[in-house]
Amino acid sequence: MAAITVEHVEKRYDDGYPAVNDVSLEIGDGEFVILVGPSGCGKSTLLRMIVGLEDVTSGEIRIGGKRVNEMAPRDRNLAMVFQNYALYPHLTVFENIAFPLRLRKLTAGEVRRRVEEAAGVLELTEHLERKPGQLSGGQRQRVAMGRAIVREADAFLFDEPLSNLDAQLRGQMRTEIARLQQRLGVTTVYVTHDQVEAMTLGDRVAVLRKGVLQQVDTPRALYERPVNLFVAGFIGSPSMNLLPAAAFPVVSLDHPDGSRDLVVGIRPEHLADEALVDPSERGRGITFEVQVEAVEWLGAEQFVYVPWEAPGDLVEPLQRLAAELDRELTSLWLVARIDPKSDIHRGDKARLWFDPANLHVFDAGTGERLTAPRLRGYVPEHQDTAGH
Amino acid sequence: MRPRSPSFGRVARTVGPVLIVVWTAVPLLWLLSLSLKGGDHINDGRFWPAAPTMQNYRTVFRTDLFTSALRNSIGISLVATALSVVLATLAAYAIARLDFPGKKLILSVALAIAMFPTISLVGPLFDIWRTVGLYDTWLGLVIPYLSFTLPLSIWTLSAFFREIPWEMEQAAQVDGATPWQAFRKVIVPLAAPGVFTAAILTFFFAWNDFVFGISLTSTGRARTVPAALAFFTGASQFEQPTAAIAAAAVVVTIPVVAIVLVFQRRIVAGLTSGAVKG
Repeated sequence: MAAITVEHVEKRYDDGYPAVNDVSLEIGDGEFVILVGPSGCGKSTLLRMIVGLEDVTSGEIRIGGKRVNEMAPRDRNLAMVFQNYALYPHLTVFENIAFPLRLRKLTAGEVRRRVEEAAGVLELTEHLERKPGQLSGGQRQRVAMGRAIVREADAFLFDEPLSNLDAQLRGQMRTEIARLQQRLGVTTVYVTHDQVEAMTLGDRVAVLRKGVLQQVDTPRALYERPVNLFVAGFIGSPSMNLLPAAAFPVVSLDHPDGSRDLVVGIRPEHLADEALVDPSERGRGITFEVQVEAVEWLGAEQFVYVPWEAPGDLVEPLQRLAAELDRELTSLWLVARIDPKSDIHRGDKARLWFDPANLHVFDAGTGERLTAPRLRGYVPEHQDTAGH
Repeated sequence: MRPRSPSFGRVARTVGPVLIVVWTAVPLLWLLSLSLKGGDHINDGRFWPAAPTMQNYRTVFRTDLFTSALRNSIGISLVATALSVVLATLAAYAIARLDFPGKKLILSVALAIAMFPTISLVGPLFDIWRTVGLYDTWLGLVIPYLSFTLPLSIWTLSAFFREIPWEMEQAAQVDGATPWQAFRKVIVPLAAPGVFTAAILTFFFAWNDFVFGISLTSTGRARTVPAALAFFTGASQFEQPTAAIAAAAVVVTIPVVAIVLVFQRRIVAGLTSGAVKG
């Protein structure tokens, strides 16, 4: 087991495009860190540099304090689970799991002992003599993990391991990975674009955008204090309502510099039906009236959709952000996730309430958060902006 | 409803295969029957031998001309196949995986070589081989066989290698394999159907070749069976060697049929089992 240090690491391709741009990241011994971001953000490239399948253009990667930039993958003692599992189709499950052990020339008895132990943990014992082609997706996934855990590697690297599974199986395997990691206590780096995986699995989550690290923090901190518009929009589902401050006259805000445009953000779950808010609380918050266009009642929760008008030039940076996050923003919508008991109906005028403590304010130009201090792991000098 | 009269398509589907089987099997059966006929029965006008005899087989295996030619054929074909498969595998792997200048050129030149008419090379090769001392040697035949079969083997194999996800190999490397181990333990087994295809193509080319065999050899040192058949005389000099030639031809056809039966299964199985899917 070992800590992984990524220091000012850069990956540039021949055309000069920086896939990973000056990323610094400290992954503690035994820590579970998630690399997350939309497709093309450089998260997989970073992972592949750590494992040694991509060259590092500049900067340094250390594993257990030792520089590994020039080491071949086989000398780094890391185990990796690939997105498509990369099982060896001509070998049985047993031989797939045993493959790294055989390369280390372990005795037959030791190989058998370790493979059987791993198979036991992963409930693969009865499939050991089968070929990968005869297994289901979830079983293949477990074989890939078996191949990683028999190694006694210094760290596990996962490259979107669950993206080929259906939703139900994904949830199940997610729990299994978390359980396994806790049990083994191995340093783990896990790449995903699924923010549910990011939030539930990681001790810390690193959000990447266009090769630049945006924020590294606990899932809770990312949710509560996103450092910029990008992180705010990326973390949380449904995503945070982001509205030009000028088009949200409910609150008045002063920008420190006075002249610049602001964007306010409020998470759907932080909006409530005023009628259901405890009267003693009500005074603390802000109430505003809206025209409800659609209501979705889902039993455990209820979504209220409110159209929002704003001039085009104010909305433009938000639209760009939405495109970058692979989300659609055809018109401005305010989404409220309210108590299912609420009596709001489609076409109603409704009164929504929120606690101003839950309001996030961002600079529309730079995308930066204005109400919170800058956070750990945040690299301001390379910060890209939503408004460019 | 009135029963439909058999459509043209259905008739063609039944009659077509039968025609093809008859077309290909009759000459072989004829050869077989001829090889079983005794000396006086050759011209008796019957398809099936009246009194089948193994005499012709005994004759050919007692003839030095044939036994040495058989030895040469087996040896030269195996050497050419082994070399061709090893070289083609390495070359095809490089072509499929690495980016190097001139890659396209190599592939197209290779294809052009495979298209070259063999007969046009025989004259020059004859002169060169005599000068450099390769005339009438195993190597003298192995070299032209290699240069004609390598291109096709490389094309076949590089197509197979391209199908294998690169991650397979990367997984092996992360698991602790050297590039060579990853190649040998993961890539080659996965490309096995391609390797067999290449091997069979090469073996048949060498085994069936007549043009090089007859032009670049002069004695039992290196003469192969197809060439030796032309020199057959039969049991005595005054006997028609037709039946003996038929027997020799049957003997050399057996390995071909056997190989096809053995490896065809593997090739088809390899292609259809999705062996290269992750």
